[in-house]
Amino acid sequence: MAYIVSTSPHLKNTETISIVMRDVLIALAPASLAAVYFFGLPALWLMLVSMVSAIAAEFISAKIMKREVTVSDGSAAITGLLLAMVCPPGIPLWMIAIGAAVAIILAKQVFGGLGYNPFNPALVGRAVLMASWPVAMTTWITPFDAITTATPLAIAKFNLSQPLPSYWDLFLGNRAGSLGETSAAALLLGAAYLLYKKQISWHIPVSFIAAVGLLSGIMGRDPLFNILAGGLILGAFFMATDMVTSPMTGKGKIIFGGGCGILTVLIRYKGGFPEGVCYSILIFNMLTPLIDKYTMPQKFGKVKIS
Amino acid sequence: MKLFTFPGGIHPSGKKELTCHQAVKVMPPPKMVVIPLLQHTGAICEPLVQKGDKVKKGQKIGDSNSLITAPVHASLSGVVTDIRSYPHPLGNKVRSIIIESDGLDQWAEDIKRDDNYFRLLPQEVRDKLRDKGLVGLGGAAFPTSVKLTPPADKNIDVIIINGCECEPYLTCDHRLMLDNPREIVEGLKIIMKLLDVGKGIIAIEDNKPEAIKLLSATVKMEPNIEVVAVKTKYPQGAEKQLIKALLKKEIPSGKLPFEVGVVVDNVGTAVAIYEALRDNRPLIERIITVTGSGIKEPQNVKVRIGTLFSDVIAFCGGLQGDIAKVIMGGPMMGIAQYLLDVPVIKGTSGILALTAQEVKIVQAGPCIRCSKCIESCPMNLTPYLYGLYGRRQEYEAMGKHNVADCIECGVCAYGCPARIPLVQYAKWAKMEIAQARKKKIEDGKIEKKDNR
Repeated sequence: MAYIVSTSPHLKNTETISIVMRDVLIALAPASLAAVYFFGLPALWLMLVSMVSAIAAEFISAKIMKREVTVSDGSAAITGLLLAMVCPPGIPLWMIAIGAAVAIILAKQVFGGLGYNPFNPALVGRAVLMASWPVAMTTWITPFDAITTATPLAIAKFNLSQPLPSYWDLFLGNRAGSLGETSAAALLLGAAYLLYKKQISWHIPVSFIAAVGLLSGIMGRDPLFNILAGGLILGAFFMATDMVTSPMTGKGKIIFGGGCGILTVLIRYKGGFPEGVCYSILIFNMLTPLIDKYTMPQKFGKVKIS
Repeated sequence: MKLFTFPGGIHPSGKKELTCHQAVKVMPPPKMVVIPLLQHTGAICEPLVQKGDKVKKGQKIGDSNSLITAPVHASLSGVVTDIRSYPHPLGNKVRSIIIESDGLDQWAEDIKRDDNYFRLLPQEVRDKLRDKGLVGLGGAAFPTSVKLTPPADKNIDVIIINGCECEPYLTCDHRLMLDNPREIVEGLKIIMKLLDVGKGIIAIEDNKPEAIKLLSATVKMEPNIEVVAVKTKYPQGAEKQLIKALLKKEIPSGKLPFEVGVVVDNVGTAVAIYEALRDNRPLIERIITVTGSGIKEPQNVKVRIGTLFSDVIAFCGGLQGDIAKVIMGGPMMGIAQYLLDVPVIKGTSGILALTAQEVKIVQAGPCIRCSKCIESCPMNLTPYLYGLYGRRQEYEAMGKHNVADCIECGVCAYGCPARIPLVQYAKWAKMEIAQARKKKIEDGKIEKKDNR
């Protein structure tokens, strides 16, 4: 007769880190399928290679650092998949493999592994690829026939003599762009699942998207085009909402999302790049500890009595 | 209808159907009881009897001169066979009086019904409640006479009787409300009269509609008493959360309900108050919920204080399956026992036996900052920081993040996907902070007074 003795509570709900990550992977499934539909089998290979490389990097670095191997929690797979989704569909497989390894090793494991990384690993991977192979990372292709073209945001920014896609094509994803960012419809389907499962809250996506819409409107640009044309839907629902690198309270999340939105529009129209979602999120990742510090909840009973 | 509630909280599976439909069974007096001299929040009692003495049921056998304490009484008639330290359900060992039954179960002579109890003066009522060993039966076991003595400068305007019973599995309060509604209301009226308060509220979670219906009918002729349904949500029955839900008032951090003009008592305490005054009956028995998949016949049982857990479980058909944990109280705040040779005390609301399938031991993972603990904390705290600082043993930092306000309800640890034992870290920090403070006082570095 030996009973287990531990502190209360003796009940726990069934949620684990793996279930959180599984939900995110399920939510990314529609956008992954859309990517394969629009960009063909090469898209599938990119996603698979990126995921395998991320998982391998996680495994090897954990072994080298003598840490517990946590590949089974699914977080490395998500990083790999997200990285593929934010890269152009035409890049070589070796490039994405390097990006995924960098994302895991440099952006996650050296900081202490899951939960300790200050920046979104997939976005760090993209930023590193962008700095290393800028031509490949800005060469875009059209869906289905894979002809080199410019992204809608670049057409708008640099007044290129190409027709802009219709709102409907933007919504469905029939346009040039990063692998997983083009189909707003597929992304929103996954986002709805995450909201339903309460793995993300509305605060960051709504404030992010609203800020982009409002500021681009104020600056005389087409708000709906700005919401649908770039990587905003993917970034707002799947990147900025990364739990580890975003603020924890509702108030903090709204500041974070709003700030990302403002910065995105400023980069798009006042900066050098046509797209700014990636860098806005990375910059606000850096501000997350500060936002957290000033938006902690007011404890119960902190009232002055007369 | 809009239900009253508080922000935060969780909805764990209640598991109350195991026991809530059966009437309370009275367990016959056991052969032996163990009466710990400390069963309450406050000072430990000194024995008033010696080894070999004969005692009768209801006889006072332990008391203390301290201000905050509650005497203990014999729950059997028989012989004191020993006075020694004995395992206690709150952990460690406590000096206890062991009584062996003479089989007669005779009441002490002075335990007589008094139908004129309502003529007692306020001080006489408090003296009697103290003398009869009454403590809060909701769990913390705070002496009732002290609780019903508000500071002179505090004006009390509402008495709340807590029938929420938000802990999963427990149904003893539920059954009490169905079986003794009249006594609950009489107990409430005694408190209202004692503190000269014009408003009484009986709060019940809306998962107990029959209890709400029955008590509403009972108070039909009582214009000053209202039965209020509150939302079924854990921890709705926590004092601060209940007051917030009903009156929209927050007890200031570190203060008592007096501060907002409220006294809260559990339904069981209300009945005990009534029985102490009318029947002169000391607190020698209570209803407990014996439940869980590890109990053969889960049920509510009226048992003598001092009955060993093993005897109570045997009365309920014994254990079944691969028992991993036996808990005193509910699963959210109860205390895990390492052996069954411990007595039922005044604050025991239940005995819960869980099997190995229900008790999974998992390694805590890293915090992924999912913020679920912040969203659900009923005290608006930031529990994830307790995990973060707790692992590094930085108790001062935890103190700065208000760990002292933590009510240890377990909501954060319940929902943590990383399985971090946040409550354990919070309890640990509170202990370390208290010890550091004690040491500072001893070294003369700070003055001994509450400096909140």
